[in-house]
Parts: sequence; structure tokens; C-alpha cells
Amino acid sequence: MPAEIYLNVAVSGLLTGLVYGLMALGLSVVFGVVRVVNFAHGEMMTIAMYLAIELFSAFKLDPLVMMVPIAAVLFALGYIMQLGLINPFINRPEHSQFMLLVAVALIVVNGLLIVFGPDAQSVQTRYAFDSFLLGPLIVDATKIYAGIAAVAVAAVLFAFFRFTLVGKAIRACADNYAGALVVGLDVKRLYALTFGLGAACVGAAGAMMVLLVDVTPQLGPAYTLLAFVIVITGGLGSMPGALLGGVLIGLTEALGGLLFTPSAKSMFAFGLLVLVLLFRPQGILGKRPA
Amino acid sequence: MTCKLHCNSARAQGVTRRTFAAGIGAAGVLAGSSPFAIGRAQGAALKVGVLLPRSGVQAGIGQDCQRGVEITPGILKSLGLPELAIMNGDTESSVEVARSRAERLIGEGAQLLVGAFDSGQTTAIAQVAEQKGIPFVINIAAAPPITEQGYKFVFRNFPTAPMILGDAFGNQKEVFEAAGSAPKLVVFMHVNDTFGTAMQKGIGAVMPKFNMPYTIAETISYDPAARDLSVEVAKAKATGAEALLMVSRLNDAMLLTRELVKQRWSPMAVLSMGPGWYEDQYLKTLGKLSDGPLSFVPWYDPNKKLSKQLEGALAKAHPGINLNTNHIYTFEALLIAADAYKRAGSADPKALADAIRATNITDSVSIGPGIKFDAKGQNTSLKNAGIQNRGGKLVTVAPKAAANTKVEWPLKPYDKRG
Repeated sequence: MPAEIYLNVAVSGLLTGLVYGLMALGLSVVFGVVRVVNFAHGEMMTIAMYLAIELFSAFKLDPLVMMVPIAAVLFALGYIMQLGLINPFINRPEHSQFMLLVAVALIVVNGLLIVFGPDAQSVQTRYAFDSFLLGPLIVDATKIYAGIAAVAVAAVLFAFFRFTLVGKAIRACADNYAGALVVGLDVKRLYALTFGLGAACVGAAGAMMVLLVDVTPQLGPAYTLLAFVIVITGGLGSMPGALLGGVLIGLTEALGGLLFTPSAKSMFAFGLLVLVLLFRPQGILGKRPA
Repeated sequence: MTCKLHCNSARAQGVTRRTFAAGIGAAGVLAGSSPFAIGRAQGAALKVGVLLPRSGVQAGIGQDCQRGVEITPGILKSLGLPELAIMNGDTESSVEVARSRAERLIGEGAQLLVGAFDSGQTTAIAQVAEQKGIPFVINIAAAPPITEQGYKFVFRNFPTAPMILGDAFGNQKEVFEAAGSAPKLVVFMHVNDTFGTAMQKGIGAVMPKFNMPYTIAETISYDPAARDLSVEVAKAKATGAEALLMVSRLNDAMLLTRELVKQRWSPMAVLSMGPGWYEDQYLKTLGKLSDGPLSFVPWYDPNKKLSKQLEGALAKAHPGINLNTNHIYTFEALLIAADAYKRAGSADPKALADAIRATNITDSVSIGPGIKFDAKGQNTSLKNAGIQNRGGKLVTVAPKAAANTKVEWPLKPYDKRG
């Protein structure tokens, strides 16, 4: 097999992994602060994907351009969900939270099925079939655009948490819940803001993902599972860990498929997860529980 | 208008509150006993449970088969066959769901089952049908073991994988001869579901008998629900193969075509031996990029009278949709059911199964002498065709007897299609 094929496949896996990472980032942010695991994460991404498809088919608006408005819509959805639905469950047992979010996931999947039907849908942008020739490398144009956008969105999110007062307040809630209450932070509103930000991340990822895959309502559960694999590999609650996990899973799937058999791509991703759980249960960049 | 007429006639005949109540009671008794009215006299429609993957990864094809169901009643009526009461069941593209839906449909009174496009799902339904003693007419499923189990209630009017392969290799050789060239090296890519695996096993057994001009450089299997096939195409391209030998489904066929374009690889030919490449969704979604692939599949004889009738019915109900395997074999499965019901004169499962076993329909749509079943419940006389996508339409290029045009060869490079 020619050597350049390994490089081609690795680059493709890396770029796909960046979008995976952005998707998982939302899950990690929500868990890191609110301590609720969003079992409707992938389903929220499919909502964003359908929004992108509708905007494209109705107004020919490019999903990459519409990434910000779609993220804003998902932010609003996440904010309202946390405020109206999840906040009352914050102090309830974990299995109650689990049942609530699984129910939300089921409603979303079946709602999308009713509205959009079961057929796979996609967007055909003018660059959908483009690729760049870089020496021996042939790189898919949509994957490059999506990869760059994923890095940009992640950078904005990192900057928000590091440099803004609201971001610092959210981190304070995550670090010390009681302390945050004592200093007078409106924790419930900050939780809603965090869930909104997680949803916005997944909204942006959905707008990018629609360029790479066809969407069906049933896609949601598969991406929820993928997001879990990524955040557990990278470290649950760690933002850089989610991005790293995404890249590792993308690369593992691509190279595993090339070196062994493509039909066992997912097996390699799960194999990596098992190794991480065995040798570093907190995830690659996760903190060991005190 | 209809209601008015009924109301007036009821008044004219003097319907009282007492007779009305008695009528309601009688209707209730009839409705309540209908699931048990297996052996009732003919006149009532036969309850046919149609199981298809209407959602999930195979939804596109399941919905296409459904079009075949929708255009059937009018044709059955014109043929003087009894009415069928269709009970729809969604397998959700899952073997487990197919099994439970089959059980549920039988529980709800289905007297005969039809389905289910996918070999894995069909295998599960066949087991249920045999256990419950309800006749099952398979519309599409090619895995050979389904009719090798000694089942008494399972019938397949669709070629098995070795039959498809045998015809495919024969028709490919005809195409190569007509084109004046043939690939020397191909890469075989297939879905790793029941159908794909059966075809992969069949190739090893059938191909050596046909002395094909090509050898298989590598076999690449993949998940039919895969979201990204870039690695698969990169691996196939790296083999240096001149053509692709394919056994796929719909979504993966579209993904593969996109990857061929993106990875700047235009093989000499795409030789498909399964669904996907000729489906309407493939043609419409990919436009010019859909032109060229050759599919060697169970097809219809465009010269048969019933084919023209079916084409007309589809064009009327779904303008712009090309008649294809999904419509043809779903229609024929329902035709077999109605024909058997007429001859059996009863909905008794055993009588129906016996009538299906004695089927001899010469006025059919599929290529071949007609519909007849052997002792195993398999129609062994079906023939395939080689078809090519051409400007959003499908043309038959092989065998010569059923061809309506010459093959366009080789595949026009994707980067030269404007």
C-alpha cells in the first residue's frame, strides 16, 4: 500500500476527530459544571443538523455561515431546558436525571421522525465534492472547513471560561458549589447558562457535521454514545480532554479501519476506551477524584 | 353525498332505534370475532401484514417498497383478483424489531405476511411465520438459508445470492463483450449484513465457474450504517483496481460515490450486484454524478404486458419515479397472495400455503417464465438483468433478450461531468 495513503487517512481522521471533539465538548462542559449527564446530547445535535438542512433548502444558506445562528437557537433551547426541566432534578437521584434525559432523547428522535420522516437528508453545498491536492495528499474540503471551524469555536469557548467574569463565575460553581452560593452567585441561572453553552457547542458541531454525514432521526443515539466514548477517553469534565478524545477517536477509527478491517472501525474506538478505563480511569486529561 | 344517500335510504326503509341497536350489536359481534374468522367464506379481504424497513438505515428502500404496495390494489382489481386488506408493519431496519412486529401482526389478525427486503429481518420473520403456521411470501431477500430450512409456510419469489451472482457474471461478460474491453483487476466492497455476507460467500463459490476476465485484488467489508466511508474508498483506490464490484445498500452507495469524487478516483466501471445504485433517491440526490454505474440485479421484463401496467400505475401514483426491483417484487408478492387466496377460496393458513405452493402465474413482471415454487418454496426460474443509470433514468443493457439499449462504457470520469 502506498505510504501517502496512511497520511491521507490520518489527516481525514484528525479533521473528523476535531468535529467529534467539539460535539463532545458540550457534554463535558455540562457535566463539569452542572454534574448532570446529558443523555439527549446526540439528539440535540440532530436538531441542529435538521435546522441546517432546512435553512439550506429554504434559503440556500451555507451551514458553516449559519453555524452561529444555529448555535444561538440551541443555546436558547439548552437554557430553557435547564431552567424549566433539569433544575428541578438537580438534587434528585442520578437515576431520575437519567430517566428524564432519556425521555427527552426519545421524544426528540420520534418528533424528528414525525416532522422530517425517516429518509436520510443532506446538504449539497457548492464545495460538497471539492478536495485539495497538497502534494501527495488529497484532503476533503468540507472536512478542512469543518475542522477549522471546530478549532475556532473551541478556542472561543476556552477564552470565555478563562477571561470573562461570567465564565469565571461558572468555573467557581463547578469548583465549589457551596462557596458559589455563599458569595451570592445565582447558581441556577449560571447552570442554565452552562447548559445553554453546551447546547450551543453541539449546535455548532451539528452545523458542521451536516457537511460530513447524511442525517436521519436515528442518528442521535449513535452520536450520544460516541460523545460518551470521547469524553470518558479524554476525561469527563475536562474541556481540553474532550477535544483530545475526539481527535484520538477520529484517528483510531480511521487508522484501525485502514490497517485492519473497515467494518471493525468502531471496535478500535471502544478498544481505546477499554484501555483508558483500565489504565487511567479518570480519562487522559481528567482529574483523579479526591 | 354518499352519507346523504345512505341516510335517506335508511329513513325510507324505516330504521328504528331498536333495529339500529341490533345492527350495532351485530357489527360488534362481527368485529370481535374477526381475528378468529380464519376459515370464513371468501368475499372479505385477505388480511396481509406487510413488513418493511420503513424507518432506520434502510428506510429509503423500505419506503420505495411501500410504493409497490400502494399501486397494487388497482392492478389486482383489473386482474379479477380478490381485495387485500394491508396491515403495515415497520421493522425499523432491525432484526429484533422485525421478529416482534411479525408476532404482533399475526396477533392482530394478519392471515398472510409479506416482506421484508432485508435477509436478516426476513430470516427472523420466517421463523415466526413457521412457528405460528401463517404463510409468508418474501418480496426481497437473497440469503440462501431462508428456503433451506424445510419450512412449509415460507415462499420466496426472489433469486438467492448464488442465482443473482450467476446471472450477474453472465450479464457482465455480455457487457464486456459489447463494450470491447473489461477490467483486469477489481476490488470487491460489500456491506457486512446477512445479504452482503451471503453474496461474499457466494462469489467464492460461483465466480470460478464463469472464467471472468478480472481477479479480485481485495475484499473490503463495511458496516451498512457507516457514516463515513473515506477509509474504505482510500483502501480500495490503493489496490490499483480498475473497477469496483459492489454489494451495497442505498445510503452507503451515495456515501461511496461522494468519496469517489472527493478522492478523485473514477474507476472504469461500478459493477453493483445489489441495491443502492439504481434507487431513485440515489439518482435524485447525486444528479449527474449518478450516471454510469451498472447494476446486475433482479429486474423486470419491459416487454411484458403486466410490466407496462405496473409502470403506468407507478407513473400515475408517483410521477418521476422509475420502476425498480423494490416495486416489482413487492407487487409480485402481493399478486401471489391474492392469486392464492382466490384459488384457496379461504383464508385458512394451510389452504393458503397449499395454494401458494401450487402457484403458476405466467403473466408476471419479473424476467423469466413466471412464478412457480419448488418443494422448498423457492422460485428458481427468475432471471436478472444488467441495468445502467443514464440521465436520471434506468436502461436495460443485458441480457440481449431484455436489453433496450447499448451499454455506455467506460464510466465517464467524475471530474468531466460539468
